[in-house]
Amino acid sequence: MSVDLATVKRVARLSRIAVTEEEAERMVGELNGILGFVEQLSEVDVTGVEPMTSVTPIIMRKRHDAVTDGDKADDVVANAPATDQNFFLVPKVVE
Amino acid sequence: MTDLTSFSIAEARDKLKSRDISAVELTQSYLSAIDAANGALNAYVAVTPDTALAMAKASDERLATGKGGALEGIPLGVKDLFATEGVHTQAASHILDGFKPKYESTVTQNLWNDGAVMLGKLNMDEFAMGSSNESSYYGPVVNPWKAEGSDEKLVPGGSSGGSAAAVAARLCAGATATDTGGSIRQPAAFTGTVGIKPTYGRCSRWGIAAYASSLDQAGPIARDVRDAAILLKSMASVDLKDSTSVDLPVPDYEASLGQSLKGMKIGIPREYRVEGMPEEIEKLWAQGMQWLKDAGAEIVDISLPHTKYALPAYYIVAPAEASSNLARYDGVRYGLRVDGKDIADMYEKTRAAGFGKEVKRRIMIGTYVLSAGYYDAYYLKAQKVRTLIKRDFETVFHDGVDAVLAPITPSSAFAIGDKELAADPVKMYLQDVFTITVNMAGLPGLSVPAGLDHKGLPLGLQLIGKPFEEETLFKTAHVIEQAAGTFSPAKWW
Repeated sequence: MSVDLATVKRVARLSRIAVTEEEAERMVGELNGILGFVEQLSEVDVTGVEPMTSVTPIIMRKRHDAVTDGDKADDVVANAPATDQNFFLVPKVVE
Repeated sequence: MTDLTSFSIAEARDKLKSRDISAVELTQSYLSAIDAANGALNAYVAVTPDTALAMAKASDERLATGKGGALEGIPLGVKDLFATEGVHTQAASHILDGFKPKYESTVTQNLWNDGAVMLGKLNMDEFAMGSSNESSYYGPVVNPWKAEGSDEKLVPGGSSGGSAAAVAARLCAGATATDTGGSIRQPAAFTGTVGIKPTYGRCSRWGIAAYASSLDQAGPIARDVRDAAILLKSMASVDLKDSTSVDLPVPDYEASLGQSLKGMKIGIPREYRVEGMPEEIEKLWAQGMQWLKDAGAEIVDISLPHTKYALPAYYIVAPAEASSNLARYDGVRYGLRVDGKDIADMYEKTRAAGFGKEVKRRIMIGTYVLSAGYYDAYYLKAQKVRTLIKRDFETVFHDGVDAVLAPITPSSAFAIGDKELAADPVKMYLQDVFTITVNMAGLPGLSVPAGLDHKGLPLGLQLIGKPFEEETLFKTAHVIEQAAGTFSPAKWW
């Protein structure tokens, strides 16, 4: 499988990364290089093989459904580029 | 007067305990060394002298009352990927501009709880994506090693290039690092230092900026095997904040040093003998086998048939997880924001300006392989191949092999700005051909210096062990270290 310019632009859009025409053209070659490399996997017979979901055979620990943390609104927004009264500010999203 | 930075962690620990030296003196020596060297090596992206001296002073007070912890007064460097409260934490990326977390990673907290002193944050490949430390927003780290008779600047490897360079140049007594595909072991090999990626789950990932969550694991880079054992003991813990951290007691790794290898079976995987491997590496590998044999181990040929598929499977799994993990950098909650005409435009412009080339490349690959219609062909297939890679190891361990001995890198350190590697991302990815299987299978892997090549540059050997049997790796690496010696670069900076 390989990607063309339109696919690269679509993937960039899905990735929420703005790309210039020139960057998109360069990425066609780079992504195809990588996709060509991973193509080797088609040689492997995986019939009946389970996909890995965890490298260690552990049962995930579950915690009690209880509030153990919180009251840190100031900390949560402390690193945000734009805030107002402990709210994150973003450009208008509802018309 | 002896240069205090010349002491290993074990030596400094004893001298601090006996009050021959003070933690403040020791810390000051490192701060001066950083001051003198960092312009040339670019290993630190942030130095924290005030914090360091305050921590050292507190250590001296505890040492005076005989209450010191396991790492009391030992000055360490921290990879920029670890959250450190109130201190520069940017994963060497522009997108985390100005980020100073309000919390501390579990691994670093464990180190401070044991009395260690933080010197500052270490350079790395952006978001741990790279094998040369050239993808850092802060510019490349320079390897303290140079080829004989050459002034060419070499890479320290990556992604933990700052950690490895700082340890080799004695700009810290030891450092934290992380390894997703070889990022502890390859830089350790390039700088003549010891690095261990423990079993997945041994160290908490909490507070470490995530790259590929199913592969990421923290570990130390140190000057010798003993120091690496001391550091891992403090770093490892079970942590309720990371549900993949394992509730197993942390052994006294240092106690395994000096134990006999008699009766041990060391596997030599024939698939690691790759085409075009330099003869020097082949010879070093044979030398390693001989050393272990002399120490009483039995050497057996083994086969890990899916080895060659680990790298292509990795370049599906890791970017897929990265594309998801890095979605959080959107210009809203932390770091950089570039304004746009609407929210989507703001996201796109922020991420375009904030991420470097390699990070964008991996996010895009990940987004593509996870996109509708391709998930089964790429991601699911890669996860099945991963099962086979793990099964390869399980088979040889089941057959009685205690550890695997293999090369760690296809060459010694290469030049900064290597044109061939810069032009072809896949060539750079091949740097990790020997290290990546270990992450895919979640196993512990250790890199130990084993000699110098014809250019006078360090080369390492890799030991791979069974899950949670890091002690086996430490005792085996110690035998190699005793035979090979330790290696330090000639000071030019």
